[in-house]
Amino acid sequence: MAIKEEFRPDSEQHTQLITGEQTYQSLEDSISLVVLDQQRHKSNWYLVAGLGFLGVNMLMLTVAYLLYMGIGIWGNNQPVGWAFDIINFVWWIGIGHAGTLISAILLLMRQPWRNSINRFAEAMTLFAVMCAAMFPLLHTGRPWVAAYWLFPYPNWMGILPQFRSPLMWDVFAVSTYFTVSAIFWYVGLIPDFATLRDKAKKIWLARLFGVFAMGWRGAARHWQRYESAYLILAGLSTPLVLSVHSIVSLDFASSIVVGWNTTLFPPYFVAGAIFAGFAMVIILAIPIRKWYGLDHIVTMKHMDWMAKIMLATGMIVCYGYFCEMFYAFYSGESYELQAMEARLTGPYWFLYYALWFCNFFAIQPLWVPAVRRNLSALFWISIIVSIGMWLERFVIIPLSLNRDYVPGSWHMYYPTAWDFSMFFGTVGFFVFMMWLFVRFVPAINIFEMKDLLYKLRLSARHSDKGSSEPAGGGAHE
Amino acid sequence: MTHEAPKNGVFGIVAEFTTPEEVLSAARRTKEAGYEKVEAYTPFPVHGLADALGPEDHRVKWIIFWGGVAGAIGGFYMQWWVSAVAYPHNVGGKPLFSWPAFVPITFECMVLIASFAAVIGMLALSGLPRPHHPIFDAKNFDRASRDRFFLCIEADDPAFDPEEVTRFLRSLGAQDVSEVPA
Repeated sequence: MAIKEEFRPDSEQHTQLITGEQTYQSLEDSISLVVLDQQRHKSNWYLVAGLGFLGVNMLMLTVAYLLYMGIGIWGNNQPVGWAFDIINFVWWIGIGHAGTLISAILLLMRQPWRNSINRFAEAMTLFAVMCAAMFPLLHTGRPWVAAYWLFPYPNWMGILPQFRSPLMWDVFAVSTYFTVSAIFWYVGLIPDFATLRDKAKKIWLARLFGVFAMGWRGAARHWQRYESAYLILAGLSTPLVLSVHSIVSLDFASSIVVGWNTTLFPPYFVAGAIFAGFAMVIILAIPIRKWYGLDHIVTMKHMDWMAKIMLATGMIVCYGYFCEMFYAFYSGESYELQAMEARLTGPYWFLYYALWFCNFFAIQPLWVPAVRRNLSALFWISIIVSIGMWLERFVIIPLSLNRDYVPGSWHMYYPTAWDFSMFFGTVGFFVFMMWLFVRFVPAINIFEMKDLLYKLRLSARHSDKGSSEPAGGGAHE
Repeated sequence: MTHEAPKNGVFGIVAEFTTPEEVLSAARRTKEAGYEKVEAYTPFPVHGLADALGPEDHRVKWIIFWGGVAGAIGGFYMQWWVSAVAYPHNVGGKPLFSWPAFVPITFECMVLIASFAAVIGMLALSGLPRPHHPIFDAKNFDRASRDRFFLCIEADDPAFDPEEVTRFLRSLGAQDVSEVPA
């Protein structure tokens, strides 16, 4: 029970999960007024949301042209059949994983610090998975025509999908992941919608939140069922999130392409996903907590812990890079050696070194506590990590494909402007959705924060009495 | 929990408390006093409260379990039927019923159906969604989702007597006691 030890009531860290003198009302106000008091959204909200909206428009134009012309507008072509579409898919899915890690795995591990960040991390998951899903769907060219080999539905051609392919597993994994994440997020929101319903001054607003709250009245028997359902949902999401990125990695690992065919891929991809995801949580949390005065709820302690997880998963990813080199060397396989040589000295060498810089060297300052508590350092390191994880997928995908077993078919891959407009379009979509979410949905779990406040007080009282009883660590016992 | 046959247009008598400890001890003493139709309303889950009010409901766990079983069996059956019966197709010389390749989708279907079972089961057992409930008319009840803790002895309790219940709830240290119209 090493985890519990950290949350002993006398531990100083404990008090830092919520700072200042807080009451249920003050916590509730600081979270819910972001939604209920629309005057609080100033020009910086409009600036970021506006930039996001520009991205959404760029995305829509790109998709319209793509559907009109076909995927020939992208740069991928034989032998590089997979490029930006899969790079961006894996990158976005990975970003989503931190949300599930925070909401489900940290819940099971009874880490109360998750309560301050789980809601918007889950929202981030949803929007990231939406962005991710666009790429493989649009890579089919015309998704409505492709439906017959994506989902088993009775069709007049009498054709059904091929369940032995990891690509099919991916369809089920990602669609399940999105659905379960959405359910989990919504279930967490029900009591908060009830709070907003009871707090709203305008009748139409109260009715709107009332519809979403589904008549939640906080009855003790309902809470008991709610908590057992929520905990089991977390228990289901935990293996789910690990399965999703493992399956994504099997898209590669089960092929015979050089550099892909290794058993290392599933854990290496999962670690990379969490690494990139925590970077994105930090990037989003820093401006939101500052602009909406939430720094007493998302405290420096949270930042510190997120930075530590980022560092730890980053080091696992770097271990993966060493393993890849070692595998190439130890296999003695000339093609594997040639692929590794192509990474180090081939035409895309600068991307490989940039990857090492972003994902290995740039995170080393995080060993120093002062860097983990310096928000601008943390913000820029997270940006670098996000770029680095994107580069990692570039290094894995086109670099392995552009030099296959037959030198005669070697071909350079260059993305086109449409590749970039689609990618930055989804970035804009993601930002736009996140900013809408912050404005219209409580971005932090209100009832869990109250519960946390109650437990912190309780444990403070216990420690005053000198009791050795451990604190109520988790939000859900 | 159906609330039928209210007595004299009264749904129940509700007491308002300011802390979780107070409502928890009040709930325990209410049960000790022999009241059966009792419900507490809190802004966040208070542990032990559901237990104090009566046996905890473990049905939702079983609903999720059976949802998971149904999802796994359904997912596996679907793949077997598609691959071996409806559309038998030789892929790389693999057997038609190549079950190890069916494991990932079986797992995903298990998680998907179990999650739906969790949410639908939890809501259905609680009688939600329910747009209105008499308790919403209780005095100050808009704070039940915010910072107050309520305990309601309902009128269909066999031992319900408005004066007696009011006196009893006041003796528990409630901040306020009021009648809820049906």
